[in-house]
Amino acid sequence: MFYREAGQFRTTYEADGQILPIRQDRIFLLATLAVAVLAVPFIASPYLLSAILIPFLIFSLAALGLNILTGYAGQLSLGTAAFMAVGAFASWNFVARIPGIPMLLAFVLGGLCAALVGIAFGLPSLRIRGFYLAAATLATQFFVIWCLTKISWLTNYSPSGVITAQQIEIMGYAFDTPQRKYVLVLLVVALLALLAKNLVRSNVGRSWMAVRDMDMAAEVVGIRPLRTKLLAFAVSSFYCGVAGALYAFAYLGTVEPEAYNLDLSFRILFMIIIGGVGSILGSFLGAAFIVLLPVFLNIVAHGLALPTSVASNLELMVFGALIIFFLIVEPHGLARLWQIGKEKLRLWPFPH
Amino acid sequence: MNFFFEVLIGGLLSGVMYALVAIGFVLIYKASGVFNFAQGAMVFFAALTCVGLMDKFGMSLWLAIPATIVAMIILGIAIERVVLRPLVNQPEITLFMATIGLAFFLEGLAQLIWGAQVRQLPLPIEDVPLQSLLDRFNIVVSQFDVTAAAICGVLVAVLALLFAKTKVGRALRAVADDHQAALAVGIPLQRIWAILWAVAGVVALVAGLLWGARNGVQFALTFIALKALPVLILGGFTSVPGAIVGGLIIGASEKLAEVYIGPLVGGGIEGWFPYVLALLFLLVRPEGLFGEKIIRRI
Repeated sequence: MFYREAGQFRTTYEADGQILPIRQDRIFLLATLAVAVLAVPFIASPYLLSAILIPFLIFSLAALGLNILTGYAGQLSLGTAAFMAVGAFASWNFVARIPGIPMLLAFVLGGLCAALVGIAFGLPSLRIRGFYLAAATLATQFFVIWCLTKISWLTNYSPSGVITAQQIEIMGYAFDTPQRKYVLVLLVVALLALLAKNLVRSNVGRSWMAVRDMDMAAEVVGIRPLRTKLLAFAVSSFYCGVAGALYAFAYLGTVEPEAYNLDLSFRILFMIIIGGVGSILGSFLGAAFIVLLPVFLNIVAHGLALPTSVASNLELMVFGALIIFFLIVEPHGLARLWQIGKEKLRLWPFPH
Repeated sequence: MNFFFEVLIGGLLSGVMYALVAIGFVLIYKASGVFNFAQGAMVFFAALTCVGLMDKFGMSLWLAIPATIVAMIILGIAIERVVLRPLVNQPEITLFMATIGLAFFLEGLAQLIWGAQVRQLPLPIEDVPLQSLLDRFNIVVSQFDVTAAAICGVLVAVLALLFAKTKVGRALRAVADDHQAALAVGIPLQRIWAILWAVAGVVALVAGLLWGARNGVQFALTFIALKALPVLILGGFTSVPGAIVGGLIIGASEKLAEVYIGPLVGGGIEGWFPYVLALLFLLVRPEGLFGEKIIRRI
């Protein structure tokens, strides 16, 4: 009734090619963004901002990166956290060693460093595929973290290996409160998400999907697999790198290798499975789900007065069971549920 | 020179233990194409169940082991029922991710039932140097390691016999070759899968007992799965001999690298060296040492 495209005609190529063809979707998205930018920072408590919303946005970005690689280009990776670590450490070093470098530029450079590492570790992907590649990306995880622990130049010879992230300052404006950090993270994530959405609709994205669906056929129609795969690794690692830098600078406040362990890689993999593999929206939904689930379980455990050890084990079990449940019941994740809901709404109140 | 041999033999023997975990992987991958990430969790689950039965119910070791075997068989059947059956005919990647979920579930379940503290597992094998080797060649080799290697050898022999000589083994190989053809000639696919996971569970128990006796039964056991991955890459995912040879190579080379290259670069390279070795190897031979060469056609 209120969600219907009747009467909306596309008369130009621009109108035909836009991201959201239905007016209601555009209004909904803009309204969400407006609320997120204009209202949330003033209404939400500092706890909500710094403990839930900021990590949610950062994880969304990392999940977006992994989704580009795994969901769109079909290369399974278990080394996401390593690329995030590269981004964080590189950004920290750029800020520390180049005086007066703009913060955002440092983030971008950090992302580019992660992209280079991603290309290096993506090279085996031409020869090997599937599980072999997943195991190979584990090498990234262990090797990168080991490098960051052992090469003390990277941590500026800090004895503990834990370094404090510099304060984020852009054009003389310090992003030091949760509100300001939230707005900054939100803008970066929104911008990169828009870029990703356009990227996967473009030539590049289509060649990724062609390689994912059948690499040999893609090669036959003239897509160069090595270049395509390496580009996917590069773009994905760039996103993860920026996410890692934001994770260190806007969320943790410290830069340390331990924060980027294998567990984080798995967590981000879970986000894209639950959210929806091969979907931009899914990255956000999955991140929200994985960030909120422990909070929710904590509240339940608190309500039932369970001891913390039981609660943490239950969390593991619920995570595991949910993964299996989603893979069985809805392999395309929450994003698909959202899509089904919208389709139902278009026909409502008629069933067909 | 003696020191070199000590390191080498120690590495080879720990490689046997890696191989044991890798065999669990291979069994399942070979017959169902499922890359079972939960093998490490199963090792942990099995060892913890065995120790937990001894602790909580005062069972002796010889009673706890059969009880755990029964538990692992039930677990295998449950996994087939709940996880695998609904996912038949899904892409391999989906099944792989399901086993990651399974790994988390088992880790949580094991600790929920038996508690999370580190426990000792007393096996009646002493961790002392073999006297005869010490006398004759002046090389220190642990009796425990040698016994563990012997147990692995026996296990592999039993598995080989099972695969080669029994009706179930024939069915397993048929399923491994082609699910649909096996189904068409009346092999009960689901029962075979349940048997397979149960066998993998028993292999996990053996691995868990040996590792647990060495390092204590604790959460770190699950990381053994990560050690078994480079072994698999090296040996090929579908070959039991490959898993053994790969285990030996990885075990020996990681210990040697740690001792001889480690000090030059700051140590702690045991964590990633096997992976890099396996990765370099993959560039030369993508199917592993003994893996099947898959020729793809469009």
